[in-house]
Amino acid sequence: MIHFDNVSKRYPGGHTGLSQVNLRIAPEEMVFLTGHSGAGKSTLLKLIGLLERSSGGQVHVNGRNLTRLKNRQIPYHRREVGMIFQDHRLLFDRTVFDNVALPLVVSGLGHKEIGRRVRAALDKVGLLYKERAEPVTLSGGEQQRVGIARAVVSKPPLVLADEPTGNLDPELSQEIMDLFSDFNQVGVTLLIASHDIALIRGMNKRILTLSNGALVADSKTEGRDVT
Amino acid sequence: MSRKLRKAFPAHIWLQRHAQVALSSLGRLSRNPLSSLMTCAVIGIALALPVGLHVMLHNLQQISGSWESGASISVFLKQRVSDEEASALAEKLRRHQRIQEVQLITRHDALKEFQRQSGFADALQALDYNPLPNLLFIQPKTDFTTPEKAQQLVRELRLLPEAEIVQLDLQWVRRLQAITIIAQRGVVVLTALLSMAVLLIVGNTIRLEIQNRRTEIEITKLIGATNAFIRRPFLYTGFWYGLFGGLIAWSLVAVSISLLSGPVATLAQLYQSGFDLSNLDAETALTLLGGSSLLGLLGSWLAVGRHLSAIQPS
Repeated sequence: MIHFDNVSKRYPGGHTGLSQVNLRIAPEEMVFLTGHSGAGKSTLLKLIGLLERSSGGQVHVNGRNLTRLKNRQIPYHRREVGMIFQDHRLLFDRTVFDNVALPLVVSGLGHKEIGRRVRAALDKVGLLYKERAEPVTLSGGEQQRVGIARAVVSKPPLVLADEPTGNLDPELSQEIMDLFSDFNQVGVTLLIASHDIALIRGMNKRILTLSNGALVADSKTEGRDVT
Repeated sequence: MSRKLRKAFPAHIWLQRHAQVALSSLGRLSRNPLSSLMTCAVIGIALALPVGLHVMLHNLQQISGSWESGASISVFLKQRVSDEEASALAEKLRRHQRIQEVQLITRHDALKEFQRQSGFADALQALDYNPLPNLLFIQPKTDFTTPEKAQQLVRELRLLPEAEIVQLDLQWVRRLQAITIIAQRGVVVLTALLSMAVLLIVGNTIRLEIQNRRTEIEITKLIGATNAFIRRPFLYTGFWYGLFGGLIAWSLVAVSISLLSGPVATLAQLYQSGFDLSNLDAETALTLLGGSSLLGLLGSWLAVGRHLSAIQPS
């Protein structure tokens, strides 16, 4: 599903985001990405969602070479990658329903189909009764669940989450993680960046550790050489 | 190998989307009625000026056109030509194939008329001879009233040995026409300048709108919206600004013309003319509305093209 070959990202001004990262994530895997802040977690996710382009190496996602993807094809790529952010990135002038519907509207689905799918997604995250609410009236955990519903409503094969529990208490964080596990059960590939080591250890999944832009540990290949 | 990413929308969903975006951008405008109205009013005033001038010029052309068709020629005869000779000449000219009617105004009649109208009766009494010439007032046949053909007739009449001065009463009409043409050019230049102003007004309004909705644009891009999708509501907003600006311009011109039409009718009556100030015709009105909508669309297109690509999610 995700395939990094010697991927580097250097920012203008000399700062290194990622250096020589090699990585394979198989379809239907659930993988955590950890490391201190500034280690390159966000950079790695941004390269997969094509928010940024790599400055060296090859990135393949879902069988597609992102290095060669033209700018005007980026929107179509993003429709196949659900993205979840620490700050939720909701539109505060629209209802919960309209927020979740946005990816479907963007890809040109009919009215009825949108209604059906949005309600299914909201039901999954347990917020169906809030569909007419404004996002500002929701708690942080509820807003994050709206963000998650929006990321999965178009049934993308891959979902990325950048510190999805960053602002939540442990109990709510665990709920969100359980939700991710449920998605993984139905075949969604997930890559979740988090610095909450205790939480992700408890999930008993593969953990990638980044440090200063380099991949320094991979729980799947523990004991073997990681370059 | 990269798979085909782009999927075509079914036509009815495409139409449904456009109708929805058109209405929602209209709704967005109505949520800020005062600022929307001000933008439209600025566009309306900018467009009302050239359109109003165009309508006034159109009216002026109609006046000069109706006078032009009544072109007549005055032939002032030489002093030595007697009344009998003048009358014979008039008779001869009546048979001319290009002449409809000849009216002889003898120097005697002319003097009496002058005495009656000028108020110089006493002064004229003091003269021991009549200084006025005999005058033939010639109305060409209707086929020969165009300026060129009337001018031909004038040249012919100038050859008459009895004629002192031959005057085509068209000179001022032609001058008016020349002035009208200059004014028309002026209106064209003004229209071009003010259209550019409208482009800038719409462009700037849309630019501010894009900045206000920056977060929304970023998020929609994150979710996989194409540039066309993001552009669409702004283009419709520009279109609405243009259309409503055009409607305001229309009503401004219509109200101004109807305010003027009363006094103009009075003036026309004083000149024994039944002239009636005509208002904006359907064709001009439609051109105005179409043009203003197009300007709105174009203005927002320019702004969107410049500013939208600069907004990228991070």
